[in-house]
Amino acid sequence: MAGRKIYLDNNATTPCDPRVVEAMVPYFFEHHGNAASRNHPFGWEAEEAVDYAREQVAKLLDADEKEIIFTSGATESDNLAIKGVYEMYSRKGNHIITVKTEHKAVLDTCNKLEKHGAEVTYLDVKSDGMIDLEELEAAIKPNTIMVSVMWANNETGVIQPMKEIGAICEKHGVLFFSDATQAVGKIKTHPREVGVHLMAFTGHKMYGPKGVGALYVSRKNPRVKVTAQMDGGGHERGMRSGTLNVPGIVGFGKAAEIAMNEMEQDAARLSSLRDKLEKGFFELEEVYINGNVNSRMPHVTNISFKHVEGEGLMMTFNQEIALSSGSACTSASLEPSYVLVALGLGDDLAHSSLRFSLGRFTTEEDVNYAIEAIKKGVNHMRDLSPIWEMYKEGVDLSKIEWAAH
Amino acid sequence: MAYSNKVIDHFHNPRNVGTLDKAKKNVGTGLVGAPECGDVMRLQIEVDEATGVIQDAKFKTFGCGSAIASSSLATEWLKGKSVDDALKIDNMDIVEELALPPVKIHCSVLAEDAIKAAIADYKSKNGVSVEAQALA
Repeated sequence: MAGRKIYLDNNATTPCDPRVVEAMVPYFFEHHGNAASRNHPFGWEAEEAVDYAREQVAKLLDADEKEIIFTSGATESDNLAIKGVYEMYSRKGNHIITVKTEHKAVLDTCNKLEKHGAEVTYLDVKSDGMIDLEELEAAIKPNTIMVSVMWANNETGVIQPMKEIGAICEKHGVLFFSDATQAVGKIKTHPREVGVHLMAFTGHKMYGPKGVGALYVSRKNPRVKVTAQMDGGGHERGMRSGTLNVPGIVGFGKAAEIAMNEMEQDAARLSSLRDKLEKGFFELEEVYINGNVNSRMPHVTNISFKHVEGEGLMMTFNQEIALSSGSACTSASLEPSYVLVALGLGDDLAHSSLRFSLGRFTTEEDVNYAIEAIKKGVNHMRDLSPIWEMYKEGVDLSKIEWAAH
Repeated sequence: MAYSNKVIDHFHNPRNVGTLDKAKKNVGTGLVGAPECGDVMRLQIEVDEATGVIQDAKFKTFGCGSAIASSSLATEWLKGKSVDDALKIDNMDIVEELALPPVKIHCSVLAEDAIKAAIADYKSKNGVSVEAQALA
């Protein structure tokens, strides 16, 4: 079908739900006020809209609306949580524990803090992408102030054992921060229930607009404080200055409300489409799923098509199908995905991986089309691949002395 | 990243894909790159022993679009060239022809390496006769 475009890259960003767009529109012109303008109706309308959105977001998290700090997105929320806790709790200690498969917004923030005197432990993951709970507990020291573990991984969809991590943090009296960007709005993410004290997430991964996110900060048991990283008018109870993005926040709130109502049915539908996709690919030889298949997001699968390079494979269908590859052939470095490498995948399998992330607007027809197009692409690339030919001839590829370049 | 039309054409319609009989004395095989790096090229030449001219060239490549296009183009250029002229193919000629962006220059380097490796293999199989031809 010419001109067809299929979007299977919902972990990169989701389309904005039309109901969200509709809710936002009046706040660009009609109700354009500044939520901080306390002395006229324009300001009151804006403030009311923000309050309502805060409630919608809080409900999705089963949290109190005072625990929601609006930001510009998950990257800012990650920065605010980690740097803010590090500064606020500097008297208690300087040690942070995180994981090698975290998003760069967490890892690079931790790297930066190391330059300012922080001590950071980067935990390994097991071959299924899950952290080892004993290793986590063993890493906690008297100067540990925070554990930062993402709820679900962006590349593999693997969900960490949140409740168990929360219990360990509680036992040792350290704060638990989670980057829940990929999980919020798609599966149940109630921070209090699992012992998460701070949680970062964003609108544009849950069918809301880009440029708006939030940080959940626990208000009681314990009452957590973060040092502001953006100074100014003292918005968001002093934790994040800057005029509120009212239309964005309204859209974020609406997206949270829709997610709450439709999450279960979306998840059930998408996991069955995801399973169908995998079943289709398993008709090919040498296909591997990366990450724990029993603890992962319903809409994600990360698959290696052995002896085929991911970016080349994508080029066979990227006019029609949008997704991501774990191959880093497009970047300046030749390193493949650090997440897949952390799972212990050989670089060859990491270079051969594709990430499929379905979404609310993915149809069964899309999936059927993608299966056929991608199978055709894999076969095309294997016909071109010298290592596929060697594999078929029974050559032991590990015995070959490759000239690494 | 947007590819040039030439890369896209070579990628979708690769020239000279295949395998020559590497056991033959007049076939030279070059295998360069490594799966861990995301690129493996195998380039083969079949030389007319009487004239020293490359009469056939085949490739198979594991890699991205630029790697496949670079090796496909290399086989086109090799056919009909003498072995010595083939050695003069420079990776920057490939970069220019395919309009490869800076991050993809390594693909052209790999193609040049593959050409050199295939010729070296052919020469080591036929050392004397090639030397003699070069002197003639």
